[in-house]
Amino acid sequence: GEPGHPGAVWRRRVRVEGVVQGVGFRPFVHRLATALGVDGFVGNDSGSVFIEVQGSPATVAQFLRRLRGDAPAPARVTTVRVDDAPPVTGEAGFRIVASRDGCEGVHAAHTVGAVVPPDTAVCDDCVRELFDPADRRYRHPFITCTACGPRFTIIRSLPYDRAATTMAGFPMCSACAAEYHDPADRRFHAQPVCCPDCGPRLSFVPFTPLACSAPAVADGHHSVTGPWDAAELEAARPAASNSAGIGPEAIGAEVIGAGVPGAAETPEAEVTGSDGALAAAQRALADGRVVAVKGIGGYHLACRADSPVAVRLLRERKARVGKAFAVMVRDLDVARRLAEIGPAEAAVLRGPARPIVLLRRRADAPVAADVAPGNPLIGLLLPYSPLHHLLFAQVPGAAVVPPACVVLTSANLADEPICFDDTDARGRLPALADAMLTHDRPILLPCDDSVVRVVDGRELPIRRSRGHTPLLVEFGRTAPVGSRGRPASAGRVGRVADQDGSRRPVEVVLAVGGELKNTFCVTDGERAFCSAHVGDMGGLAALRAFERSVEQFTAVYAMRPARLVADAHPGYSTRRWAERHAGDRPPLLVQHHHAHVVSLLAEHGRLGEPIIGVAFDGTGYGIGGTDSAVPSGAGRDALSRDRASRDGVLRGGVLRGDEVRGDEVWGGEVLLLGADSHRFTRVGHLRAVPLPGGDAAVRNPCRMALSHLAAAGIPWAPDLPAVAACRPAELAAVRSQLDSGIGCVPCTSMGRLFDAVSALLGICHRVEYEGQAAIALEAAALEAVTVPAAGAAASQEARLGSGAGPASGIPAAVGMSKVPGISGLTVAPRLTVGADGVLDPAPLLRALVAGLRDGVPVAVLAAAFHEAVADAVAEVVTRVGRQRGVSLAGLTGGVFQNVLLLRACQERLRTAGFDTLVHHLVPPNDGGLALGQAAVAVLRLRAGDDEER
Amino acid sequence: MVTAAHGAGGSASAELIEAVFVDAFRNPALDALGDGAVLPLPSGESLAFSTDSFVVRPLRFPGGSIGDLAVHGTVNDLAMTGARPLWLSAAFVIEEGFPVDELRRVAGDMAEAARAAGVEVVTGDTKVVDTGAADGLIVTTAGVGLVPPGRQLSARRVRPGDRVLVSGTIGEHGMAVMIARGNLAIDAAIRSDTAAVNALVEELLAAAPSTRWLRDPTRGGVGTACNELARDSGLGVLLDECSVPVRPDVRGACELLGIDPLHVANEGRFLAVVPPEQAPAALAALREHPRGRSAAVIGEITEGPAGIVAMRTALGGTRIVDMLVGDPLPRIC
Ligand SMILES: [Fe+3]
Ligand SMILES: [Mg+2]
Ligand SMILES: [Zn+2]
Ligand SMILES: [Zn+2]
Repeated sequence: GEPGHPGAVWRRRVRVEGVVQGVGFRPFVHRLATALGVDGFVGNDSGSVFIEVQGSPATVAQFLRRLRGDAPAPARVTTVRVDDAPPVTGEAGFRIVASRDGCEGVHAAHTVGAVVPPDTAVCDDCVRELFDPADRRYRHPFITCTACGPRFTIIRSLPYDRAATTMAGFPMCSACAAEYHDPADRRFHAQPVCCPDCGPRLSFVPFTPLACSAPAVADGHHSVTGPWDAAELEAARPAASNSAGIGPEAIGAEVIGAGVPGAAETPEAEVTGSDGALAAAQRALADGRVVAVKGIGGYHLACRADSPVAVRLLRERKARVGKAFAVMVRDLDVARRLAEIGPAEAAVLRGPARPIVLLRRRADAPVAADVAPGNPLIGLLLPYSPLHHLLFAQVPGAAVVPPACVVLTSANLADEPICFDDTDARGRLPALADAMLTHDRPILLPCDDSVVRVVDGRELPIRRSRGHTPLLVEFGRTAPVGSRGRPASAGRVGRVADQDGSRRPVEVVLAVGGELKNTFCVTDGERAFCSAHVGDMGGLAALRAFERSVEQFTAVYAMRPARLVADAHPGYSTRRWAERHAGDRPPLLVQHHHAHVVSLLAEHGRLGEPIIGVAFDGTGYGIGGTDSAVPSGAGRDALSRDRASRDGVLRGGVLRGDEVRGDEVWGGEVLLLGADSHRFTRVGHLRAVPLPGGDAAVRNPCRMALSHLAAAGIPWAPDLPAVAACRPAELAAVRSQLDSGIGCVPCTSMGRLFDAVSALLGICHRVEYEGQAAIALEAAALEAVTVPAAGAAASQEARLGSGAGPASGIPAAVGMSKVPGISGLTVAPRLTVGADGVLDPAPLLRALVAGLRDGVPVAVLAAAFHEAVADAVAEVVTRVGRQRGVSLAGLTGGVFQNVLLLRACQERLRTAGFDTLVHHLVPPNDGGLALGQAAVAVLRLRAGDDEER
Repeated sequence: MVTAAHGAGGSASAELIEAVFVDAFRNPALDALGDGAVLPLPSGESLAFSTDSFVVRPLRFPGGSIGDLAVHGTVNDLAMTGARPLWLSAAFVIEEGFPVDELRRVAGDMAEAARAAGVEVVTGDTKVVDTGAADGLIVTTAGVGLVPPGRQLSARRVRPGDRVLVSGTIGEHGMAVMIARGNLAIDAAIRSDTAAVNALVEELLAAAPSTRWLRDPTRGGVGTACNELARDSGLGVLLDECSVPVRPDVRGACELLGIDPLHVANEGRFLAVVPPEQAPAALAALREHPRGRSAAVIGEITEGPAGIVAMRTALGGTRIVDMLVGDPLPRIC
C-alpha cells in the first residue's frame, strides 16, 4: 500500500534488539499499539523482541517511530529491523503472545545474544504507590514494576525469569501473581514483583549495645540541632511530599532535640518489620551512629552528613583519610541546598541510573567539612531503592525525625570491594558499623554506585557501575578492515559468519582490565559486555570479587572465554591472573594508552577510523623507546636496548610477554592509529623525567616536583614550596636517587606533571588517595576562573556568560581567552613542542617559578598551567593531523577527568577543525581500559595477527 | 637479549633460567630447581651439591665482603636442602690490575667464614682476564654436603595451616650494599646480615623435625621466595604485615626509595615452613640462637588462592605480594 492511499493497510514484521527484556518493553509496545489502534502482537524470544503490526500507513509509521523514541527508560534499543509482511485478515486488537522458545525461553543457542538489563532506580509510579496509604504496597521496601528495580545484581542466569533470580525464594502470592500474568498490568512479567505478603523482610540488627556505648556525638556540636531549621526545610519542601506522610511537625530542632544522644530508644536487639526497623535506623543515625544499609549492589555505610564526629568516626572505621564521601539527599530541593545544580545536573541526578553526580559544593552547604575535605566538589545522589526513600521519610507514629541527607559510602575497608554477601556482611560489618538495616533478598553480584561529572550538559563517566552494568558496546557495526586488507563487509561480523564465509569467527575474549578501578569486558567479537566496578586489584578480596564476577558474567552469557587479554604492566595482578588462567595460549598484552584510545573509538562505534589519540593519565606501562632523561647508572642498565626491536614493538598493538622489554612509565602520550585500530604509532609524548621510587614518588608529589625541577635545570631553592616541604634528608636522598638512577624509571606521565605542579605551587605535597594533588590543582585553577581577579571582572563576566554557566561552576570558554591576572606573569607559561612531538615542560616550570617569586596568585598560576597544557595538546595534534591527514582527535586517560583541561582542549581542537571524541559511555580513567583491550584483541584476532607474530 | 632485570632474582630471572638452562640440561635433579641438587647415595644419605657465582659492588660493605658472601651463599644453599655442608671449591676470575692485597683480604674473609661455618675450601681455580673483561673480581664457589637419612625438604610436602617462619629481620643485606655503593645519600648505619645459617638450621630441624621446606631469601627477597613457595606447593601463602621483622632504619630507607622490604635481598636469613604443632618449638629454638633472636612466625599456608602470596596489612586489608620484577614501577594510575 501507499501512504495516504485511502484504505491502504500496512503490515510490518519488526525485530527489536538491545536491552529490551526485563525492562517493561512488551507492555510498552502493547500500550503504544492499543493507543494507536493498530493490530498485531508482540513477544519475546531470548535476545530480542518480535512484533507484527498492522494498520494504516500513517499509524504504522507513527508506531515504528515511537517504538524507538518512547521506549521505557531502562531499555536500550540497539537495532530495529523492519520487514514487509502480507496483511492478514480477522486479527482483532493487539496481543502479547507467548515467548517463542517456550516459557520465557530456555533455548541455549539463543541465550548468547540476550542482554541482562541493568538495575534501575524505583520509578515515579512505584514511589507514588509507596507513599499512598491506600495502596497495597504502601511503605513496602521492595516495591517494583517492569520499568524499575534490581536486575543485574539479582540474575543468576538467562533467560531472565524469576526462578533464575534471587527472588526465587519468594513465591508470589495470588494477588501478585495476578498482576504478573496480566498483560495490561504494569507488573506483567516483572520478575522481582512482590508485596508485603510475599516479599522479602526488612530488619534492623544492632552490632553493639547502642544505648550505652560511647556517645557518638560527644562534642555536642550537632547533637540537638537538625541539619537546618524547620522553617528553612519547610520552605524547601515540595507541597506534595507532605501528603506522603512526612508531616511538618516531625521536622526541626525541637523534635530532634527530643532524641537525646544515646537515649535508650535505640534498640539493643534485632528489630523486624519494616517500620520498626526503619525507625530504629533513623534513631541510630540521629544519634550519630554508623549504620550499614543494604542497597541494590551491596551494603553502604551511612551516617549523619552534618555531624563532624559521625563523619570522623566513619573515616576511622573505614581507614579512609581524605577521599570525599558521597551524600544521598532526600530530593532535589535538599540537593540544591548543598550544591549548584543546573537543569542538566538535575536530569542526570534524577535519571534511571541514579549515579553519584560530582557537583560544585555551595559555600553554605550544611555538611561537615570532613565529608569532602578541601574539595570544591561534592558527590550527591538521590534515593534509588524504595528502602532509601523510606529512610528519608517519617515513619508513621515514630518520634524520630528522618534525615534529609546522609553520608553514604560503600561498606568496605579503604579500597577493598564493596560488601554484598550476607554472610560476609555479618562478619565484616560489625567492625565498620554500629548496626545494619538489612533484608533477606540476596544480592548475587556486587555493584558499586556509578559516579559522573556533567560537562556541557552531558555525562562524563568517572565510574560506570550500578545502573549501567552490564554495559553493552557493539563492535560489529563498522567492521574494520584487517591488516591483510580483508575487506569489511556490511553488517555484523564475529560470531555470525558472513554469507561469503570469508570472515573468521572470533573466539570469546575476556579482557581483564587494569589494576585500579578495575572492570573487565567479555566479547564474542560482536558485542562487548563491560562489567561493574571491581576496584583496586592489589588486594585479595578484589581478586576474589573479580573471579566471582567473571564466573557470573560468562555463565549468564554462556560465553567461555578462549582468549585472555591483559595490560602489559608486569606488576598488574590482572596480568598475573591472566597468565595463570591462560592455559597454553599466552594472554595477549595491550599497551595501556593504546587501550585507552581504542576504548574511546569503541564507545563511539568508530573503530577503524584514523585518530590522533591524546592519552594522559597517571601511570601506564610503556613499551620501550622514550628519549629518557634518566642519567646513566644502575637504573639505566635495564633500559638499554636496541633501537630496531624497539621500533618493531612500537608499531605492534598487541604484544606477547617476550616482546615487552625494559621498564618505562608512560602517561603523556599522543598515539596515531590508522585504519588498523589494533596498531599504533607513538607520535608524541611528554618529555621523560625520572620517576624516583615508583609508588613512593606517586604518594609524594613533592618528589615529582623535585624531579621535574632537576630535569628543567631549576635549582632546588628553599623558597620553592615543594623544596620546603621536604626534610633535608629527603632532599639529599632524592637528589642521590636522581643522580644515580637507582630505583628510577623514565616517566612521561602527564598525571605526574600535574602532581609536580601541584606541589610546586604549594597546593599538595603528599597524597592520601589517588589523584588528590591533581584534583586540588584543578580546584585551585577553578578559583581563578570563577572568582574574578582584581581588575579582571569585566572579562570574567563575559566568560561566564556562555556555555555551561554557573551551575557546574565551570566557565565554558576557559582557555579561549587568557586567565585574568595572567598578564602579571613575566614569562608566559608554555610547553615547547618539538618536531618529534615531544612536549617539554621546562619553560613552563621556569615561568611558574618566576610567577611564584613575583607573587602571582597560586590560582592564576594553576589556571595558566591548565591553559599551557591545552595549548600544547592543540599544537601537537594539529601538527600531526596536518602531516598525516587525520582530522579525528580523541581525549582519553584519567587526566581528562579534569573538566577544566578537557574543555580547554576541546575548545582549541574544535577551533583547529578537529572532530574530537571524549568519553560519555566508559570512564576516561582505567575503568574504561577493558573495553579498549577487548576491541584491540578482537581486531587483532580478526586480522589473524596473533598467529603471525 | 639479556637485561639487568634477568639478573635481579625476580620473575625475569626465572623465565631466563627456564628458557635457556633447564631446557638445555634437562634431568630430574635439575628439574627440581632447588637451591642445590640432592642426589641419593647407596648409604641412605644424600649428597647435596650447589654452586653460585658472586659479583658485588663494592667488594666490601658494612658487615661483610664478597669473600663472606661466596662462602655463606653456597653454605646456605646447601643448608636449605637439609644438608650438613662439608667442602667447598673456589674459583676466581680476576681482572688485570686487581690489587693483590685486596685479593688477600678476600681470601682471608673466605677462610674465616668457612671456619665459622664448619666447612673447608678443598679445591680451586684462578683466571686472570684483560682489563674490562671482568669488573674487578668474580668468585665462584661450589659446595657439597650430606643430607642425613630421612630428611626431606620440599614444597610438595607443605600443607594448608603450616606456619611460615623467618629466622630474623629482613632487608639488611640489600640495603647495606645499596648504601655502600655511595650513590645514595641515605644516612643509616645498616649492616649486612651475611652469615652462614647451617648451625641455626640444625637447631630448627632438631626442634621441628617435620619442617617441610626451607629457603634463603636472597635476590628478590622474602616476597619472591614466598611466591616460589606458593607456586611450587600449589597453595596460598598469607603473610601478616605486622609480624614481619624489619629494622626501623631499613624500613625508612625502603620508604624513601620506594622499595618494598619484602623485595630486598638477605644473605644470612632463611624462611621455614613448619607444621603448626611444631611452630612454637621451632620459634623457641631459633630465638635461643644468637643469630635467630628476631625470628618470627610471619604467616601461614592457605588452601587458596593457589599460587598467590597475600599479606594482611596493618589496616586489616589484604594485599597481594608479587615477585620482584625489576625497578620499582608504580601501579597507581
Ligand atoms: Fe590509565
Ligand atoms: Mg644461590
Ligand atoms: Zn516501578
Ligand atoms: Zn504478593
